[in-house]
Amino acid sequence: MNRFASGSLVTFLRRHAGYLVFALVVMTIPVYLNDAYYLSILAFAATRFMMAMGLSLLLGQAGQISLGQAAFVGVGAYASAILTTRLQLDPWLAMAVGAALAALLAGLVGIPTLKLKGYYLAMATLGINEIVYILLVQLKSLTNGTDGISGIPGLAVGGFGLGGPKAYHLVAWGIALIMLRFALNLSRSRIGRSLRALRRSEPAAESLGIDTSMRKVQVFMLAAVFASIAGSLDAYYVHYVSPESYTITFSIILITGVIIGGLGTLWGALWGTLAIVILPELLKRVNEDVTNLVFGVLLVVIMILHKEEDRSLLRSLRRRLSGRIGGRNSASDRGN
Amino acid sequence: MTADQFLQYIFSGITSGSVYALTALSFTLVFNATHVINFSQGQMVMLGGLVGVSLHEAGLPLWGCFLGTVAAVALLGMGLETVAIQPLLRKGVLAQIIATVGAAFVFETAAMLIWGREAITLPPFSGDSPITLGKATIVPQTLWVVGLTVVIVSALTLFYRRTLFGTAIRACAVNSTAARLQGISYRRVVLFSFALSGAVSAAAGIMITPISFMSYSAGALLGLKGFAAATLGGLGSPLGAVVGGYVLGVVEALGIGVVSAGYKDAIAFVILLLVLFLRPAGLLGGKVVSRQ
Repeated sequence: MNRFASGSLVTFLRRHAGYLVFALVVMTIPVYLNDAYYLSILAFAATRFMMAMGLSLLLGQAGQISLGQAAFVGVGAYASAILTTRLQLDPWLAMAVGAALAALLAGLVGIPTLKLKGYYLAMATLGINEIVYILLVQLKSLTNGTDGISGIPGLAVGGFGLGGPKAYHLVAWGIALIMLRFALNLSRSRIGRSLRALRRSEPAAESLGIDTSMRKVQVFMLAAVFASIAGSLDAYYVHYVSPESYTITFSIILITGVIIGGLGTLWGALWGTLAIVILPELLKRVNEDVTNLVFGVLLVVIMILHKEEDRSLLRSLRRRLSGRIGGRNSASDRGN
Repeated sequence: MTADQFLQYIFSGITSGSVYALTALSFTLVFNATHVINFSQGQMVMLGGLVGVSLHEAGLPLWGCFLGTVAAVALLGMGLETVAIQPLLRKGVLAQIIATVGAAFVFETAAMLIWGREAITLPPFSGDSPITLGKATIVPQTLWVVGLTVVIVSALTLFYRRTLFGTAIRACAVNSTAARLQGISYRRVVLFSFALSGAVSAAAGIMITPISFMSYSAGALLGLKGFAAATLGGLGSPLGAVVGGYVLGVVEALGIGVVSAGYKDAIAFVILLLVLFLRPAGLLGGKVVSRQ
């Protein structure tokens, strides 16, 4: 097979069409969108998307659930805030330190719990979220307690500030696109296949020589790194962090997004992100407090309607409406 | 820490330990029948407290509030089972976790919309003139909490050991398929377990409200600590749940004396992680913890 044959470019474009179109659309938004309100919503959507992608890998591919993802977001945000304001560290370097800390924390929690049944990781991550929140409030000399830390610098490259809404849009969505490419490749690789194998039957996966506990820990750490980087970016964007952004409630809203979007595909994380970013903005006009009620009901209803072979909520609804059965095995083993 | 302070901490540990023990027991009742961990268990404890306050404001005597609250949350447990658990029993751990987390979100937000954000309280069951024991003092409510916990645990033990239906439930916990083949209605056992679990949670909630107040957001922590207690004692063991609850309560209270009150809530999770690291089967759990 000649890689440089004339058809290879067409093949390449066809295989990555969805990704390329999405990248093109999202990176050209600043050209024609000038509204500060919509740009800020998109800026938050970029980081929510990163968090949701990590969760989607963990949930959709490995079949494990973290109810404390906000803890890792908080680790990233506070590492960036403290290192840049106290030690005048470069924001990019601080972001890397935060990601390393988040990975370390995830390993610490994941290694004992991922050997056990699913609800242990769920409870342990809730616990970690609560511990991180308590530490952010209590370690006043380091975190400034409930007042939070302000005066966090924006991102810059070689003295060129990237803090403006349009420049930040390109940076945040650029990083999100890199993560998406990485996650898509991962789920199509040997690792992705082994994750989906262990989700279906752990004994079967183990008998094929997959170190299932280790794989799950790795994905959990990757999800933590994604969340931490997103937390750092948020901190550089709003120049302020405070503990109440990193509660269990936020973790569960993230889970809701991933579930609404659908578990079978990483693109589901994108639709889910848009849902959790846009829905509150709409519901705010009625009654802000109702948002979480709607999210809770959605979680229950989706789980009741959901069938293992469905890759998204839309698909399960469509199947319900048409009453069709089938396609049980055709879709579920493809890469993304 | 002087001896008097030590005694004072022990008393406060036994009080909160009673609540953790009952919450852990609520987890266990549902877990043994269904192998489901109900992530909205803590919110049921919270609702127990808040419903109790509302019934009291409606003019009911305190014993009426207690019974009314227990009945109301037991009904809620049955509703949850019918709506969200029954369709999910065959769907795997992940779907059950997500659905009960959704229920927790619904309960919490509904509680905020109904009762507001402020913590509210009930009058103590029998006055609040403190009782002196040596150099330590306790409020009478402490005696109520510990006494009622003993009554509830004894009643549950008698029910599970001595009645036919209790035996049927235990049979389902051992092997639900075999139990069904004996003509036991698994559907009824599961429904009843959720009702009982709601009732025990509500009792815990209303008992502790006069001492520590209750607010819509208290459920998450109570649930986590109940689960930590159940895991510490050995998930699935009713005796383990009670022992785990009291151990957790006392360790937490002594922790306040040693570390500081601000870190109190972190102690339970450090214990939870340590147990999962060192002995996932818990203190009294003899069996190997089932892996996925």
